[in-house]
Amino acid sequence: MSQDKEPLFSAKNMRLLKEPLDDSNPITVQVLGICSALAITVKLEPSLVMALSVIFVMAVSNVVVSLLRAKIPPRIRIIVQLTVIASLVILVDEFLAAFAYEVSQQLSVFVGLIITNCIIMGRLEAFALGNKPWPAFLDGVGNAAGYGVILVIVGFVRELFGSGTIWGYQVIPETFYSVGYENNGLFILPPMALITVGIIIWVQRYRNRKLIEERQI
Amino acid sequence: MKQFSNTYIFIFSLLMVVTVATILSVVAMQLQPMQKKNIETNKKQNILLSLNIESNKDNALDQYDKYITDSYVINSEGERLEGVDAFSVDLSKEIVKPFEERRLPIYVGTVGDSTQYIIPIRGKGLWGPIWGYIALKSDYNTIYGTNFSHDSETPGLGAEIATRQFQKQFIGKKIFNEEDEFVSVDVVKGGAPSGAPHAVDGVSGGTITSKGVDSMLEDVIGAYVPYLKEMRNKKS
Repeated sequence: MSQDKEPLFSAKNMRLLKEPLDDSNPITVQVLGICSALAITVKLEPSLVMALSVIFVMAVSNVVVSLLRAKIPPRIRIIVQLTVIASLVILVDEFLAAFAYEVSQQLSVFVGLIITNCIIMGRLEAFALGNKPWPAFLDGVGNAAGYGVILVIVGFVRELFGSGTIWGYQVIPETFYSVGYENNGLFILPPMALITVGIIIWVQRYRNRKLIEERQI
Repeated sequence: MKQFSNTYIFIFSLLMVVTVATILSVVAMQLQPMQKKNIETNKKQNILLSLNIESNKDNALDQYDKYITDSYVINSEGERLEGVDAFSVDLSKEIVKPFEERRLPIYVGTVGDSTQYIIPIRGKGLWGPIWGYIALKSDYNTIYGTNFSHDSETPGLGAEIATRQFQKQFIGKKIFNEEDEFVSVDVVKGGAPSGAPHAVDGVSGGTITSKGVDSMLEDVIGAYVPYLKEMRNKKS
């Protein structure tokens, strides 16, 4: 490989992919995209499908905006970004309705909600507008995956305690219920998602000390 | 970042809008026949589910032809309307009309040697329309099975009305009380008393959707009451 060309998976590029999973996680560190994380994590399955859809939309829109970055007039860049995201989301919606009708029914409003996901626009604005397509692609996949990981964890916890099921299958045995165990209805409601995310942030900061801010007196 | 002239911005936006519009409309038109077929298959699957028959998208059409033996449309006085296909009646347009003007589709399902009468229903959830099918036994009173679907209810909350668990509660409930008055089936927040003949448990956290199901049943079946009563009288 020539000296002036950077390898596809250089350390720098890999960092784009890995950092959002922990050090700069969009949800737990940047606290973005909280709204959708609260709304759709009642069950594991929609959380995972949402994560996958966001990975697709974010990766493609990052690449598209990065390819157009020299052509987009700065004054209307937000409108352009929004158009790119919205068109991709509509495409996903149309294809799901044609080829995976059952999945599209389950997702219902979520697919549309991707348009309003602030992480996507945040990455387009902060990264794709100033970088080449390949790093932009990695950055998109990394950030969407960082978002998705949290979604899946929260979805798992909420479905387990809220409904006693995982992926729709009963996992808490009947005997528990007969001795007085009850599903915790609070987990079904959005406030518990916020508390769960709070606990994840706590655990993450305990393990990753460099995220802790200096004490300000 | 370099500055762009106003002319450039106009041309750029124009090109962008035209490109996006072209791509989206071509895709939408290409995919439309498949989406329509999916919707039709899904409707047939839902009708079958109200008879408690599970089907997948490959055998739904055969199963539908096998179990749904007849369908017709009546008006609120119970007279049959000729030349109207029950399957193509758009409920969203019918439910906004007053009772007297509604066209009321009925499907007849035959399972073994028992006959069920399936009434399509439609109403409002929290975020969008909810709809479904309710199959009555041949006494025109006892519920044989139900199926509910929704467009955009919250998963885990209102969307639970689309689960079999919620729908199975309706089996065996009655829509007429002992004085032969139409009482519908109530969806009760916090749980219905056990064994209540006209009530089922609501979805916790899905109160508005549960209320939607409740009023949808009352409103849509309400239009069928004269016909149902007439048929009940004929039987007894």
